[in-house]
Amino acid sequence: MIVDRVEPRENYLNADYGIKSWLLTTDHKRIALLYLVSVTLFFFVGGVFAVLIRLELLTPQGDLVQAETYNKLFTMHGVTMIFFFLIPAIPAVLGNFLVPLMIGARDLAFPRLNLASWYFFILGGLIAIWAILAGGVDTGWTFYTPYSSSYSTTYVAVTILGIFLSGFSSIFTGLNFIVTIHRMRAPGLTWFRLPLFIWSLYATSVIIVLGTPVVAITLLLVAVERILRVGIFDPALGGDPLLFQHLFWFYSHPAVYIMVLPAMGVISELVATFSRKNIFGYRFVAFASVAIAVLGFLVWAHHMFVAGLSVYGAMIFSFLSYFVAVPSAIKVFNWTATLYKGSISYQTPMLYAFGFIGLFTIGGVTGLFLASLGIDVHVTDTYFVVAHFHYIMVGGTIMAYLGGLHYWWPKISGRMYPEGWAKLGALVIFIGFNLTFFPQFVLGYLGMPRRYYAYPDEFQVLNVMSSAGASILGVGYLLPMIYLIWSMRYGPRASSNPWPATGLEWRTPSPPPTENFKETPVVTWEPYEFRPREEMEVIGKLNINDESG
Amino acid sequence: MKQLPLFPEQASTIAGRVDALFYFLLIITGFLSLLVVLLIIYFAIKYHRRSEAERPRPVEGSLPLEILWTVFTFGLFMVMFFWGASIYSTLAHPPEDALDIYVIGKQWMWKFQHSGGQREINELHIPVDRPIKLIMSSQDVIHDVFVPAFRVKGDVIPGRYTTLWFQATKPGTYHLFCAEYCGTQHSGMIGRVIVMEPAQYQAWLSGNVIQQAGALTPSPVMTGEAPTSGTPQGSTSPAGVTTGMAPGSAAPLAEAPGTGAAEGSLASAGEKLFRDLGCITCHRLGTQGRGPNLVGIFGKSIALQNGETVVADENYLRESILHPQAKIVAGFQPIMPPYEGRLSEEELIQLIAYIKSLK
Repeated sequence: MIVDRVEPRENYLNADYGIKSWLLTTDHKRIALLYLVSVTLFFFVGGVFAVLIRLELLTPQGDLVQAETYNKLFTMHGVTMIFFFLIPAIPAVLGNFLVPLMIGARDLAFPRLNLASWYFFILGGLIAIWAILAGGVDTGWTFYTPYSSSYSTTYVAVTILGIFLSGFSSIFTGLNFIVTIHRMRAPGLTWFRLPLFIWSLYATSVIIVLGTPVVAITLLLVAVERILRVGIFDPALGGDPLLFQHLFWFYSHPAVYIMVLPAMGVISELVATFSRKNIFGYRFVAFASVAIAVLGFLVWAHHMFVAGLSVYGAMIFSFLSYFVAVPSAIKVFNWTATLYKGSISYQTPMLYAFGFIGLFTIGGVTGLFLASLGIDVHVTDTYFVVAHFHYIMVGGTIMAYLGGLHYWWPKISGRMYPEGWAKLGALVIFIGFNLTFFPQFVLGYLGMPRRYYAYPDEFQVLNVMSSAGASILGVGYLLPMIYLIWSMRYGPRASSNPWPATGLEWRTPSPPPTENFKETPVVTWEPYEFRPREEMEVIGKLNINDESG
Repeated sequence: MKQLPLFPEQASTIAGRVDALFYFLLIITGFLSLLVVLLIIYFAIKYHRRSEAERPRPVEGSLPLEILWTVFTFGLFMVMFFWGASIYSTLAHPPEDALDIYVIGKQWMWKFQHSGGQREINELHIPVDRPIKLIMSSQDVIHDVFVPAFRVKGDVIPGRYTTLWFQATKPGTYHLFCAEYCGTQHSGMIGRVIVMEPAQYQAWLSGNVIQQAGALTPSPVMTGEAPTSGTPQGSTSPAGVTTGMAPGSAAPLAEAPGTGAAEGSLASAGEKLFRDLGCITCHRLGTQGRGPNLVGIFGKSIALQNGETVVADENYLRESILHPQAKIVAGFQPIMPPYEGRLSEEELIQLIAYIKSLK
């Protein structure tokens, strides 16, 4: 283990003081922290809605809130969590912090665009929150027309404006990553020496740049139809209600991959580091990311199997949905095979990685049920779907986000967190999550439709189980927040490479200096090159200067 | 256990097939997931890190293994795909002899119209062992008919007809849900499907008409009909107007009543409308007028002016009534006025039922 004890020294956290030095910063690491604080805030706003939803569903009658309020709760839960937490969480927090560090660059290609991206995000988020405070919105996060464009009397247009602005934030970040990864890699860092997290962020950025404008324009068209009464989606005005669904899902299905591809990238890093092995079939895993990004654009209509698609249209989309599931399955097999003959440690990030693989597998295989036309007709628009996408998007993305946050926390904060508490947190989240969402698969198969605030009596037991799980899950999410904040002040100081891992980000002090690297690193080694013990003894400690190759 | 059901009731011909595929997927995916989990646990224990300095020799990968699990996974997925697609294909092709029932979705109630003119709200009475075809449209937003016990679901979309068919296999009462979010009372837009023995069904059909004609009471409405305030263009008729339905006395079960449609049936209401609107002046029955002869037109392929052909199904008839200029039949002039905005969903259904009855 490397120990560098040259403190107090200047790093990106103490280089400058005052609120202005944060709000006007162009340092990608500081912007990452701005994102960390803001997405955490949105996560808790969305979480409060989730708690109210689960409380309402404790009884079949719908006695906690009125139907109108309930509809607003699930809409705002979805809007906040998807657009203001899940989509930005890993790319904007971990990606912003790590992309330059992992490729040996001083910053992203466009630092000021990066800051602008955070301001667009905040502006969009504040407008959405304003819409909530002003009275809320009740269309569901999917904004299906003509309900959203002609019938809802809630704050639809304002919410859409908020989402529209935050879309710019995504696009800016995506562009920045693509250019940075293409142009600013350290000497010797070829494409096939890139960490898999970078591969996944690259694939994600491509989806963001191609897909986000489509959803932005689509939502804008809803606002145009609402305000100007131009017939686009409402048949009463001469529009086509299904046109919206085609346009919306063209982005929103790939959006699932915007959430889960970076998560897969994080998991690859964790599995490699905590089993001290190169990812089994590195190139297959890298190409699987790209394949998912490309194929993800071809499956949107599988959300519309009961909306009157032609039989052959439906079959093509079902077929392609199975096609896109193959690279995801490959990744799971490769992570498992990576463990073979590894040196596996059960530190907290690895527990999250195990948890991710478990939840992602359940979410993935239930996706196979939905891709199957005959079964989809029965379970679509029920709690089966609710459970499925929570397993993928929440189970997958949040497990990876928290795993990544713990893994890179020493680098971000320069401090270690209390391992015991962290392991407990990971365990509580895993148990709480399964207790919350597994009963919902059964509920859905039994036929409980989603977005119901009152339901037939026979569904109550499973709903109570789900609500009980949600309270455990809630505690689980609070734990990391508490001890991570605690660790910033009281945690033991972290070395530059506490795990020890192989990426470039571990070859600079924790926390890194503002310029990231004192001198630009030259990469002469393969990705995840963990040296066998005898070689370690020969070449001594793992250090940037003695990696002469 | 009534409190904790795990399997939904099977009450249609397709339910068993859907469940069989469901259990197949459950077993296959369950087995493979378990295999992955057990492997992970086994590796995690067997290769647990024993010393901090431990650095294993890397195992880089294996092309045969990658090819093997890619091909295997893809092959397995194809089984799931074809099996699921075959069920979907069955669901998409209603049998020829299916009983047509018209459905109109409306915030927040279901309106059903039987061919004989019987109407009901939030309750659907059907005979057992007989294929039923629902021809569905919405008066406002997108709704969705969902009967879990039948394993069928279909969106109900404004501006067009979608269809859904099923054949119930045992008498009983089953949940009917709206599965597409449709606004405030979405979860209240539920109803019941009541499957009856054929004889009971016949009795219900006649009783229903008598009762409605006499007392003008609608079928019991399970849920409150919330006012439709908040809909900008409003609804064409306030909830409850449907009580003034089905004039005439007991009608026999209307089975393609022909030109002289049975009194009180949908087709006879359509016939009256056909005359009142003056359609009859151009669409002369049996002889060629200025408009195409409509006798026997339903379900046929029609040659259009632009050289294409179209099947004269419910959606084509609907379009041709509302927007006659969209698809002009070969050999005719585009002279018919559009009826967009002049007909309610109910009236459209009556006209279409009438045209279907012309044989």
